[in-house]
Amino acid sequence: MTIFNLFRRKASAPVARERLQVLLAHERASIGRTDLVAVLREEILAVIAKHVTLDPEHLRVRMERGEQMSTLEVEVDIPSTARVRLALTG
Amino acid sequence: MAKVLVVTSGKGGVGKTTSTAALGAALAQMGQSVVVVDFDVGLRNLDLVMGAERRVVYDFVNVIQGEAKLAQALIRDKRIETLSLLPASQTRDKDALSEEGVARVMDELREKFDWVICDSPAGIERGASLAMRHADVAVVVTNPEVSSVRDSDRIIGLLDSKTLRAERGERMEKHLLLTRYDRLRAERGDMLKTEDVLEILSIPLLGIVPESQDVLRASNIGQPVTVSGPDTAAGRAYADAARRLKGDPVPMTIPGEKTGFLGRLFGRRAA
Ligand SMILES: Nc1ncnc2c1ncn2[C@@H]1O[C@H](COP(=O)(O)OP(=O)(O)O)[C@@H](O)[C@H]1O
Ligand SMILES: [Mg+2]
Repeated sequence: MTIFNLFRRKASAPVARERLQVLLAHERASIGRTDLVAVLREEILAVIAKHVTLDPEHLRVRMERGEQMSTLEVEVDIPSTARVRLALTG
Repeated sequence: MAKVLVVTSGKGGVGKTTSTAALGAALAQMGQSVVVVDFDVGLRNLDLVMGAERRVVYDFVNVIQGEAKLAQALIRDKRIETLSLLPASQTRDKDALSEEGVARVMDELREKFDWVICDSPAGIERGASLAMRHADVAVVVTNPEVSSVRDSDRIIGLLDSKTLRAERGERMEKHLLLTRYDRLRAERGDMLKTEDVLEILSIPLLGIVPESQDVLRASNIGQPVTVSGPDTAAGRAYADAARRLKGDPVPMTIPGEKTGFLGRLFGRRAA
């Protein structure tokens, strides 16, 4: 934009970004950090919220990782006073 | 209901202790009752940053080992009535904090305060694990720089797996606090962009704190920057972040976003 940009050396931030993305994808896979539980939590919450008013604190999502198989545990407390909006969303 | 908040990062020197003091003071200035807890056993610094170093009599380890009551170890801030500090011990070995002891003290603090803010040591070892263990909310302090972002990613993984909340299958609330943000380096394209860091770490942004002399000045005189410089850019950034933590919607500002010709000129000169 200014004349100074003409003489400017190449910005290093995009390189840093690129390197980080590659590295972290690798590290997350090998260390086993996946956002799976967090992502599932948000999506489950969204689905339930379509029908019932739910406090996010009343949803528990837990992943038990095993050798052969992992189990996903989803526990939802729905207060009996919760407004069920099923009829409205049909 | 009390909230336990951990200020963590993985990497050292990114601004955890500075942020603990500033956020704690800011929340207390808004009338909340706050205790800041130093988990950095052997390398305590929060007392110094808060200007309370000469008032430490008993510490966290004394309380855990039953040598002092919690009330004896808590130091009430001289300026802000609703702010207290639980100092770390300086001399004992790092294993002096027991898992059960920490749990007991956290329970007791939850009863006394609105906010319990835990200043984590660097690393991903025992000290950092203990500091995050009981947290309901995490503030991940990150500098816009590759090694800090990488370490933050690691810490986020631990927050999602090793905290009590994660183990119970509950939501672990996480916020990114970008600190030591340098306007000139950002303009030169030599600093990771805020959007890049957010995209890589994918947790919501709590605030952006500029690299600033005011922070150094604050620690020199032993006052959180929100106390010594409430009108400075750093002081305001921390105060805004504290209000967001409390749940108030505050528009995000990027320090020095608009700079004119002069800023760009100096930006180039410094290159
Ligand atoms: N926004 C900032 N601007 C300038 N210096 C800063 C800033 N934040 C932290 N510092 C300085 O960086 C150093 C490390 O900060 P500290 O809060 O002790 O980091 P940590 O607790 O993560 O190790 C201190 O000297 C502190 O004064
Ligand atoms: Mg520190």
